[in-house]
Amino acid sequence: MHASHIESPMTAAHDSSPLSRPPRVVNDFSIQVATMNGSGSQTANIVLMRSIFQMGVPVSGKNMFPSNIAGLPTWFTIRASRDGYIGRKKEIDFCVAMNPETAKEDARKLDPGAALVYDEPLKLNELRSDLHFYPVPFDKLTAQVCPDAKLRKLVKNMVYDGVVAHLLGIHLEEMRKALFKQFGERKRKAAELNWNAVLAGQDYAANNLRKTDPFAVEPMNRTAGKLIIDGNTAAALGCMFAGVTVLTWYPITPSSSLAEALIAYLGRHRHDAETGAATYAVVQAEDELASIGMAVGAGWAGARSMTCTSGPGISLMSEFIGLAYFAEIPVVIIDVQRVGPSTGLPTRTMQGDVISNALVSHGDTLHPVLFPSNPEECFSMAQDAFQIAEHFQTPVFVNMDLDLGMNNWMSEPFTYPEQPIARGKVLSAADLERLGGFARYKDVDGDGVPYRTIPGTRHSKAAYFTRGTGHTDAASYSEREDDWINNMDRLARKFETLRGHLPAPETEYAPGAAIGLVSTGTSRYAMEESRDQLNRECGISASLLRLKAFPFSDELGEFIDRHERVYVIDQNRDGQLLWLMRLGYSAERIAKLRSVRYYGGLPLDARTVTDQILKQEGR
Amino acid sequence: MSTSPAPPKKVNHAGLEILPYRGGKTTLCAGCGHNAVTERLIEAFWEMGVEPWSVAKMSGIGCSSKTPAYFLSQSHGFNAVHGRAPTVATGALLANHTMRCVVISGDGDTASIGIGHYLHMLRRNVPLIYVIENNGVYGLTKGQFSATADLGAKLKTGTVNKLNPVDCCLMGIEMGATLVARSFSGDKKQLSAILKASIAHNGLSVIDVISPCVTFNDHEGSTKSYSYMKDHDEPLHELDFVPGFDDIEVEIDEGESRVVTLHDGSRLLLHKLERDYDPSNRIHAMEVLHESSRRNEVLTGIIYLDNTRPSFTDTLNLGAEPLATLPENRVRPSRDVLDQINEEFR
Repeated sequence: MHASHIESPMTAAHDSSPLSRPPRVVNDFSIQVATMNGSGSQTANIVLMRSIFQMGVPVSGKNMFPSNIAGLPTWFTIRASRDGYIGRKKEIDFCVAMNPETAKEDARKLDPGAALVYDEPLKLNELRSDLHFYPVPFDKLTAQVCPDAKLRKLVKNMVYDGVVAHLLGIHLEEMRKALFKQFGERKRKAAELNWNAVLAGQDYAANNLRKTDPFAVEPMNRTAGKLIIDGNTAAALGCMFAGVTVLTWYPITPSSSLAEALIAYLGRHRHDAETGAATYAVVQAEDELASIGMAVGAGWAGARSMTCTSGPGISLMSEFIGLAYFAEIPVVIIDVQRVGPSTGLPTRTMQGDVISNALVSHGDTLHPVLFPSNPEECFSMAQDAFQIAEHFQTPVFVNMDLDLGMNNWMSEPFTYPEQPIARGKVLSAADLERLGGFARYKDVDGDGVPYRTIPGTRHSKAAYFTRGTGHTDAASYSEREDDWINNMDRLARKFETLRGHLPAPETEYAPGAAIGLVSTGTSRYAMEESRDQLNRECGISASLLRLKAFPFSDELGEFIDRHERVYVIDQNRDGQLLWLMRLGYSAERIAKLRSVRYYGGLPLDARTVTDQILKQEGR
Repeated sequence: MSTSPAPPKKVNHAGLEILPYRGGKTTLCAGCGHNAVTERLIEAFWEMGVEPWSVAKMSGIGCSSKTPAYFLSQSHGFNAVHGRAPTVATGALLANHTMRCVVISGDGDTASIGIGHYLHMLRRNVPLIYVIENNGVYGLTKGQFSATADLGAKLKTGTVNKLNPVDCCLMGIEMGATLVARSFSGDKKQLSAILKASIAHNGLSVIDVISPCVTFNDHEGSTKSYSYMKDHDEPLHELDFVPGFDDIEVEIDEGESRVVTLHDGSRLLLHKLERDYDPSNRIHAMEVLHESSRRNEVLTGIIYLDNTRPSFTDTLNLGAEPLATLPENRVRPSRDVLDQINEEFR
């Protein structure tokens, strides 16, 4: 079809569609809603996403928002995928243009054949003619259902939910359920008002718009029993069930909502039933240096302590993290990564702290890093992090990103922790009595992990002196070369022991595959979909390995050995994951590594990965 | 044949000799004011009968920060990073609010690199004893001015300080510490009484101790030297301390002395010198500090005392047991709670 064949722009009012009628596309498309920050559209977007989810169709929702409270443009994309692909889809199939500032660009960017719902006065149908246009007089419809002019800005969003529901065939009863769930019992009146707006939109669409686009939602059965939850909330729950006792933090996007969720849950579930006393302490510190300092002090004194932050916070915490590594103090640091360097794009996603987490601070420092990829792993790895931190007496990073932390994901329900809370090698007063004392940094068991005592232990032999300066096995000050080297070697031995205690990578070997793909965290979604694209579109089969932790498991080395070329997928400019792999491998293995990188601030999409691989494969 | 029995060893209220209250041998310069502060700390903790295992000693970086190794050898100690001991101490007290905590800092720690943490610790009234061993210079890096150096003070090299000093006591009163004192490392009696009052106090005690650096700041032209202090020390009152466990009658002359009862029942006697001084008057306390610095005097004594404000850990609704040692069933919610949460997100 050529644009010159089109005589007039297509709207529902025109019976003869200039677009050839494409085959129906069921449960496989993306919706983008363009609104203004602060307009209250988030609720409408979540209701829309939930409605599709409740119809059994796999979904994901991604909020592309500015660093602003109100007024700047924001986009929400929902992907429905019958095949279960929940990474970002690069192409937008169905667009709802509500923001007059961006509407023209939103319309221009669409691929031919996309559907566009827009505010009628914007006249977007005049821009091009190869889209399915659905003009809607939003203000008029909103005014009819919402007499209070002050509320109209918010209620207007619900009108597009009704329009979209009609056009895509989303069952209204599911939308009603989603809406009332979103508002909750306490806001029933508001829910009714918004529900009327949905009905107004639905009614208008039914009577005035003729569907010409191919996109449709039909009931499936792929979401039964699942949850919809963001990674930050999931991680917060993991921390609570891990028995966290001290949280010290400083607000920073995109990690603040993790701390806030945890504070809310602790308030609800962690007070003594009889006395009402809190079994936790939370301090919003004066800065990140203080938040890590408090967390380190609390870990030293025996708490299960944590902080959460983002890249700029990690930079500020650097000195303390080195102290905690060297003085061997358990502490959990959750890093919800955003785009840097500097303030960067503070509300966009990146995996920019991979190297920083693994190596942060001065001198020889190495830290375990866990890489969750979904809410279940946020929940379980938060617990793993505390177990590892206390067992190995060292800072442990949980490396998340904004996409995982702040966006809504489908998730299996969380399973109750099987492992008891293990405090590691802690000596009690009775132990000290039996042993006649202890040497804080002595490698008694040959695994590099020493024994510690908790301050306050009632015994004359319990005390030891913690310092960031050179020390002997018995924790006394030393500048001797042999003491220094012995201690550093023991720390290295401890790190080697740790390697075997981390979550193992997930591998999928494709028979006879010459290439393998490696990723961490949220890159898995693009990686898995790209694997299928390579296979379907080019007949290339590829194996997958998803790393769940640093230091890397031996399985990664084997994976490299079993393939001719290994594509390492990074959401950063410099290929940080690849650099980290290079640090530990032979020239032969390094020679096989190739880099796939994306660093534009949006969640990684499969097409980008596929294109970069094909280019390097010479296809 | 008879031998005379060895004289009974002197023990404190907790039944302990002084030895566990001592620490390693000091590595500071001979004559350093900090060593005298260490001695007063040993005496104060011993005399107050504080069990060493119940104390955490914290410090930052600098000469002063080395001193926790020189006292209370049976207490856990933590020599952390420069200026940030207040954060580590706060964290330790979150983990175990039943412990006592003493932080030894220097003027570099408190008035420069860690001033932000200092202010927020004050604001929170974290229940600990915060000693500032204040000598106006950076000793460990060989004699640069610190931010508490007085206007016009001279370095050994002849360099004159042209900036106003930070007054840690003024900040302490302004920002919320509940016991604020200044003393001199050479004033054994006064410093001893202040330290014991701090041990008896539930809240943040800030003690700014002028502690001369014999190597880099004890010369002519220094305002933190032994001889300068000898000439400019201006005690607000004479102090006597009566521990809570001493059931003795205190007799005072009306109008000549004040008695303040501290949290643990100990009594602090403030004997009037030139004028009567009420340390509970916050505005007046700040006035006298400003006045004294205008007159180039170093005002010492307990400048401010507030027995009413709750400490930071008191505001956290913690139970009797420390968070650090709560058993699993107290810190991991039940299976039912998780089921209920799962349901909320379905």
